Amino acid sequence: MNAQNLPRWADIGLLPVLNILAALVVSGLIIALIGEDPFRAMGVMIKGAFVYKGALGYTLYYTTNFIFTGLAVAVAFHCAMFNIGGEGQAYMGGLGAGCAVLLADAILPGFLMIPFAVVFASLFGAVWALIPGWLQAVRGSHIVITTIMFNFIASTLIVALLAGPMMRDGQGAPETRPFAESAQMPYMHDLMAWFGIEAARTPLNISLFLALAAAVLVWFIIWRTRFGYAVRAMGFSPGAAEYAGMNSTRIIVLAMALSGALAGLMASNAVLGEPHKLVLNFTGGYGFTGIAVALMGRNHPIGIVLAALLFGALTQGGTELDFEFQTITRETVLVVQGLIILFSGALYYLFAPWVARVLNLTAKKEAAT
Amino acid sequence: MSDFLFQLLLTFDATLRVAAPLILCGMAGIFSERSGVIDIGLEGKMLAGAFAAAAAAVMTGSPWLGLFAAIGVSVCLSLLHGFACITHRGNQVISGLAINILASALTVTIGIALFKRGGNTPSLEQDMRFRPIEWPLAETLESVPLLGPIYSGVISGHNLLVYVALLAVPLSAWLLFRTSFGLRIRAVGESPEAVDSAGISVYVLRYKAVILAGILCGIAGAYLSIAHGGGFGREMSAGKGYIALAAVIFGKWRPVPTLMACLLFGFLDAATARLQGVELPIIGEAPTELMLALPYILTVVLLAGFIGKATPPKNIGEPYPKGK
Amino acid sequence: MAGEVTEGGASAPSSPLKPYALETCGISKSFGEVHANRNIDLQISTGSIHGIIGENGAGKSTLMNILYGLYQADRGEILINGEVAKITNSAAAIKHGIGMVHQHFMLVDLFTVLENVMLGAEEDFALTKSVASTRALISRMDKDYGLTVDPDTKIADLPVGLQQRVEIIKAMRGGQRILILDEPTGVLTPQETEGLFAILRALRDEGATIMLITHKLQEIMALTDQVSVMRQGEMVAHRATAVTSREELAELMVGRKVLLQVAKPDVVMGAPVLKAENLRYVDDNGVERIKGLNFDVRAGEILSVAGVSGNGQTELLDVLAGILPPSGGSMTIDGTKITAEAPVGPAGMRDLGVSHVPEDRHRRGLVLPFDGLENSILGFQDGPAAGEGFAMDKGAIAARAQRHVEEFDVRPPTAGLRAAQYSGGNQQKLVLAREIDAAPKLLLIGQPTRGVDIGAIEFIYERLMEMKAQGCAILMVSVELEEALSLSDRILVMSNGEQTGMVNREDADEKSLGLMMAGIEEGAA
Repeated sequence: MNAQNLPRWADIGLLPVLNILAALVVSGLIIALIGEDPFRAMGVMIKGAFVYKGALGYTLYYTTNFIFTGLAVAVAFHCAMFNIGGEGQAYMGGLGAGCAVLLADAILPGFLMIPFAVVFASLFGAVWALIPGWLQAVRGSHIVITTIMFNFIASTLIVALLAGPMMRDGQGAPETRPFAESAQMPYMHDLMAWFGIEAARTPLNISLFLALAAAVLVWFIIWRTRFGYAVRAMGFSPGAAEYAGMNSTRIIVLAMALSGALAGLMASNAVLGEPHKLVLNFTGGYGFTGIAVALMGRNHPIGIVLAALLFGALTQGGTELDFEFQTITRETVLVVQGLIILFSGALYYLFAPWVARVLNLTAKKEAAT
Repeated sequence: MSDFLFQLLLTFDATLRVAAPLILCGMAGIFSERSGVIDIGLEGKMLAGAFAAAAAAVMTGSPWLGLFAAIGVSVCLSLLHGFACITHRGNQVISGLAINILASALTVTIGIALFKRGGNTPSLEQDMRFRPIEWPLAETLESVPLLGPIYSGVISGHNLLVYVALLAVPLSAWLLFRTSFGLRIRAVGESPEAVDSAGISVYVLRYKAVILAGILCGIAGAYLSIAHGGGFGREMSAGKGYIALAAVIFGKWRPVPTLMACLLFGFLDAATARLQGVELPIIGEAPTELMLALPYILTVVLLAGFIGKATPPKNIGEPYPKGK
Repeated sequence: MAGEVTEGGASAPSSPLKPYALETCGISKSFGEVHANRNIDLQISTGSIHGIIGENGAGKSTLMNILYGLYQADRGEILINGEVAKITNSAAAIKHGIGMVHQHFMLVDLFTVLENVMLGAEEDFALTKSVASTRALISRMDKDYGLTVDPDTKIADLPVGLQQRVEIIKAMRGGQRILILDEPTGVLTPQETEGLFAILRALRDEGATIMLITHKLQEIMALTDQVSVMRQGEMVAHRATAVTSREELAELMVGRKVLLQVAKPDVVMGAPVLKAENLRYVDDNGVERIKGLNFDVRAGEILSVAGVSGNGQTELLDVLAGILPPSGGSMTIDGTKITAEAPVGPAGMRDLGVSHVPEDRHRRGLVLPFDGLENSILGFQDGPAAGEGFAMDKGAIAARAQRHVEEFDVRPPTAGLRAAQYSGGNQQKLVLAREIDAAPKLLLIGQPTRGVDIGAIEFIYERLMEMKAQGCAILMVSVELEEALSLSDRILVMSNGEQTGMVNREDADEKSLGLMMAGIEEGAA
């Protein structure tokens, strides 16, 4: 992508806002075209995401997923790797968590079981990203294609396991048995009740804290450690990294492993947090949405948390559309997502020439007066 | 044994039906990627085409208008891809991804708005679809040993678009390797500077290639909803675009090998459906999941250079900087 | 500038009444601040071979790209056969009868010769006519000019010399009568060069006009009828080849530049810190870039490696810095012998006391989006410079970077900007500060003052002299001859990967160095 010699505040602050606005305007036009009122739809979504009882809990539940997958994509981006396989890595994370729980939830108490399952989730995710990373670094296989293929391989593998050895005994549905209580992430409403605050029952659980901790950790690793320094140097300038004596294979493989581990951690929310069993397609496209989250958040944890909140609200608000409208549904929200990826990803600098012209004009005016 | 032969013929017949959209998308991928533009949006273009075909067929009653609508919509998405990646030199992977998400979301949204059936179109009447074409003397010749069943069971009796898909392969090969257009497309994906210094516009060529890809994906979409199927169902492309992409890599960006890869992947799919729960000699229960994952696994192995080497066009993924 | 044109040459049969094949009037072109071409006036007679000679960066390639429509001139006109021609793109140049053989071949490696020649000049969609006419063209080129090449071989399977023939055929396939060749012999063996010259003479004798861009004096003398000399974006002289000499051209190319006076400290030189023995490097394509160098650099000595860029100096720096592994021979650094069997990477080299200021600070020496703080530990990120523990010590890094900024008078006096925001001179100071801070035994420095303003140049020179006084061995690669003459104790000259000379500063002058740089071995001229 080309830099357009814009001041930093315009590049980081103004363009993303313009791009989101463009995505929202186009989405609004589409909603208007199919005969609904885009402003009313927006109102419904805002209410659905924040105002109704329990709405915020659901919004934050989805936000948690997006923080994990957004961070995953961002870490790989810092190393100039396009990890399009967050979906598969999250799915494998679920498998890891599921395996750990099915093996041990009868034996281990909660304070051991949950960390054990979380570690397994991140390990499985890490391995699923590490292989494409290694193939890219050593064999030169294009990481985009490899991670796409790994998404499908993960999907078929888990279908096979859920319909086979991991299927609940005596049931026909492709899912595991429910996890024991020791393997369930504590709900936020339970936690709040413990402090004497009454909150609506929602799937929101303490994985949110894990996600926020992961965001801080990613910030620390990327901007405060030697490893993160090497990752960014590699990502910006392979030539300088080579000059500095960095081991590119090691860095790419480790960065991808970290990326996959973060994606895998999504299972702590979407498996251990809510259904409490491993089901088909629990990833629900959140891995792909992570790409939009990372793009919008400019690969910085703070940006990612904010973008994840926006996408969490869109997802939850979208479900509300189902109730309020005949013709627009949660899929309409996917349109918004697709447009955000288009504008803030592939067409990031679409408005840059105009912005540059306007800034030039004002600068000239100032110089004239 | 003759039962086995019969099963095998049925499987070949099904292979062709499964492979047809893969072949069309595969040829689309070849043109786009040969020109230097990565196309992971095959899936989305096919899906959007499928919806447009079914919607137009329902509304007009004509499969032909359905086909044209599919091509039109798919080409529009191609132009969007071109606008982002060729004109604005944006990231081709991100653009393709956006197209896939948009297609998946818009088909359902517009589908619900138009038909109120949860994103599906109404089932199509027979005359709104491309029907199977019985070849002359198919029934008469069926009794001829071996060749008869092949002729009547495998070759005859497909809808028009299957034959279009099969014809698209030699046509693509001819276009790519025997015409000035193909010469330039192949050159621009390898060395756009050579094309530029020969006085040909890199941008125009790449636009032509992605438009051609759009046409082929549109036909593939129409095949799904108004030829093979009798209506549009949400997410009906179900990853076929990605399998086609794998086939393109597997076929090393050449039409005939890509056809072979599509047939192989189609055969795996068709055979999986037939072997579900069947006990085979020696291996026991058929490893159907493994067979489903095989296209992806094989592609990874090939890309890693462990069996042969798939070398993509040299300049793929690189936007061409204009005006130094 | 001196625009004296000497009409007529030994074998240039041009009459004054006939319009020039190609003429430029006042062509100027700037890239940002850099004036690549300034007011270029040039006349090329029909049916002659006209050489354009100049050092790297003199603006020759820019001029050629303007003539071929790849760049647009800011000012000035181009006349073809006496008529003003608007050349806005390569298609227009082709139409005006100009063909170009680029320095980097514009060929599709996977295509056959035939397909490459045909590309862009196809006559019919199905190519049947095109294939026939292209075959005929290739065989005619073979018969008429000795441009022999098999039409059905893939480019990738051809040696460079034959690839170049394909470029020439391509450049002339539309009946072009003006042929521009940009540094055509850079990649050729002496035999291939002879073959090329024979072809070019045949073309000239048959009436074609040829422009040859080169920095090699012997080629000008061997081949051309007329020669024009460029220096720093300007056309400084025109001569008939028959009445000029190598010596005169070398002087014109280099110019009489004012040597910067650098006070050299009196240093008693110590033992060799670096000793290279039969050092070789073969690149990934199997091309031998360094062909058995033997030299040493003593403590307190500055050794300059001079040469036209692209003759192996870049590879030499990278090998010595550990970025590229040697392919043969050895280098001994302060007693530690490094060979092809046991190469040492950049980190290991730093541990041995080698610092490296790379030639290309944008691609290697700095990470441009990083700020000055982060760049101050590039290469030292795993050592104590970045702090003690697992995390980097931001405070220590900031203090170190601030010290660099102060000691090296970086402006603006802060390390907080992104590297891309400093001027070239200040970027170079940041790199130099970082590398000198490691107290190296051997300092490798490439193009110390490239893109650096005058004030910073003096500063950098003084720093190098300080290092020398402290007993640091310095190996410097520079394309600026006067820099080598100002700073060094000895000068090693490289040409085509070989060592063509090693002279003491006292015995060196620009003319003799220029001849060695042109590949004429020491003492042979």
